[in-house]
Amino acid sequence: MFLEIKDLSVKIENKNILKSLNLNINKGEVHAIMGPNGSGKSTLANVLAGKEDYEILNGRINFKDNDLFDLNIEERAQEGMFLAFQYPVEIPGVNITPFLHSAINSKRKRMNEEEIDNLSFAKLLKSKASDLGINIDMLKRSVNTGFSGGEKKRYEILQMSILNPDLAILDETDSGLDIDALKIVTDGVNKLKTNDNSFLIITHYQKLLDYIKPDYVHVMVNGSIVKSGGSEIAAEIEKDGFQKFQ
Amino acid sequence: MNSETLNTLNSYSKNKYKYGFVTEIDDEKPRKGLNEDTIKFISQKKNEPQWMLDWRLKAYSKWKKMKEPKWANLSFPEIDYQDIYYYSAPKGFEKKPKDLSEVDPKLIETYNKLGIPLEEQKVLAGVAVDVVFDSVSVATTYKGELEKLGIIFCSIGEAIQKHPDLIKKYLGSVIPPGDHSFSALNSAVFTDGSFVYIPEGVKCPMELSTYFRINAENTGQFERTLIIADKGSYVSYLEGCTAPKRDDNQLHAANVELIALEDAEIKYSTVQNWYPGDEDGKGGIYNFVTKRGLCAGKNSKISWTQVETGSAITWKYPSCILKGDNSIGEFYSVAITNNFQQADTGTKMTHIGKNTKSKIISKGISLGKSQNTYRGEVSFLRKANKARNYTQCDSLLVGNQCGAHTVPYIDSKNNTAVIEHEASTSKINEDQLYYCRQRGLSHEEAVSLIVNGFCKQVLQELPMEFAVEAQKLVSISLEGSVG
Repeated sequence: MFLEIKDLSVKIENKNILKSLNLNINKGEVHAIMGPNGSGKSTLANVLAGKEDYEILNGRINFKDNDLFDLNIEERAQEGMFLAFQYPVEIPGVNITPFLHSAINSKRKRMNEEEIDNLSFAKLLKSKASDLGINIDMLKRSVNTGFSGGEKKRYEILQMSILNPDLAILDETDSGLDIDALKIVTDGVNKLKTNDNSFLIITHYQKLLDYIKPDYVHVMVNGSIVKSGGSEIAAEIEKDGFQKFQ
Repeated sequence: MNSETLNTLNSYSKNKYKYGFVTEIDDEKPRKGLNEDTIKFISQKKNEPQWMLDWRLKAYSKWKKMKEPKWANLSFPEIDYQDIYYYSAPKGFEKKPKDLSEVDPKLIETYNKLGIPLEEQKVLAGVAVDVVFDSVSVATTYKGELEKLGIIFCSIGEAIQKHPDLIKKYLGSVIPPGDHSFSALNSAVFTDGSFVYIPEGVKCPMELSTYFRINAENTGQFERTLIIADKGSYVSYLEGCTAPKRDDNQLHAANVELIALEDAEIKYSTVQNWYPGDEDGKGGIYNFVTKRGLCAGKNSKISWTQVETGSAITWKYPSCILKGDNSIGEFYSVAITNNFQQADTGTKMTHIGKNTKSKIISKGISLGKSQNTYRGEVSFLRKANKARNYTQCDSLLVGNQCGAHTVPYIDSKNNTAVIEHEASTSKINEDQLYYCRQRGLSHEEAVSLIVNGFCKQVLQELPMEFAVEAQKLVSISLEGSVG
């Protein structure tokens, strides 16, 4: 099993958010999690990435034969987990190019691969950026600083394509995007998709799933997955909302 | 703040200071303590003319009547001026060596260890260096080449001998000896430092640099630097400094005077890395420095850039007196304090002439149990029509036991003056750290990256050759793992 979440219960500040949650993802699969606001979707994404504000009450997570709880945030990232943030944070004064260059090399170091030099990295970055229709000038700016909402999301996808993760978690990547930006972002994801990597797409709306076809759709309500199935579930939610699952 | 952040911070505060070694070398000192005999001893050692000795003694008599300025946000035990050596020179330095073959190999070794090779072929290309060890200047590189352009770059001691007219005219003209007790003290006992004169219309083709090293124990360093840029000239000057690790505090009270005549520009950069004391706050340099520049002529410009990472106490306000019409003063500062370090630093911009402009960018970073204060004064005199100031002060707190303070004073006697002031204080942002780490960067790398980003506006003002060094120094001050 590639990612196995078993009986996961999590709380934050005395509030139980995830309750006995189970989820299995195999290599090459695309999973979508849909649910109303406050159902715990983003908490799940952050617990997977290793954010430290949460208290794990019960359960375990296996990722590529690792007990995930043995790894800290950066080790998980280096093992191939990538989280595209819902609200990417601005880091003033930190240029994108050296930032991503350090990121890719820290991953290579863990994998005992040779580090990529400046020149080859610059080439790689340029070609990936042009694939995503990202202006070269944007690469001269500081990380997320002064970016519009759409630019930030596009820039998340650029980072994802550079780091080429085994498991990419997209946390409400569609929120705040107009239809053109949504198309660029989803095209980027579709290009990255292979038989060796997996996606976990968290979304509130069905719209995104018109562009990225999931193999499985899960409905999450009140901290647990209440229904799983194919893309027909997304259509159901589009029609009737989350009401009937609550 | 979560536990991992705290752990990393604790590991940062085990700051390793890699310049803390001592050079075993015979030195020559007068008796401890400050009195007229000490001053006569120094003056005699330096073979000074009578007028210089008289100038020193006058400053000394002023000092005796003065008290230390007390307005800074600093706490430290009273300095015992009678428990300090005021002069220390490696033996055999009655005369400055003519070339490196005459210099004690141990000294050359010291500077190699510090990464400041004295042999010119190894020196950073395009940088001329004057090296001051305790109280004497040991070497000045590229002198001949500069002389061809009429540029004078030598130790202040040599300038007193060879260029008395310039010294008499300008020494103490920007910082009068009686300005405050540290300037009086420096005027009385200053030992060495650099002198620069750029003739009319000459753009100095290389960076000029002075490197200060305190080696001897219980010794104060009182250097004096004087830079004069004649009409239409340009010079960029950089100073660096280190000291051995010692348990006692050592006093450093320098005076730096800059004079820019009409259309001249002086860029003065400092990378201050004196020994900061250990993680319990023991030892370290008391750094009481007076730096002041006079934009004397029209359209002149003086720009201060400082990266302050060392010293137990930093008390320093590089200032500009904007006398010439249209003159410009700038101050760019990064001050990092860790463990028990205290910094009270900032600037003073005095607008006298019309259309004068000043710009202040200050970045303070506090870690450990340190205290970091920005103190600035911007004043507009009556005739300073249409003068402008822009001030930006940002403080970054790392951890929850340190302090950041901002004390700006603004005084305007002219109602056409325009003043802008922006200030911010923030804690190192957990979301930024999370973001960086999610991309695979370690916690230390992430902190270093964020702090360097925070300082970038200032670091990019440094001359190219030193910007990279300064960036590394910033990282080292944070992590302390190198060395």
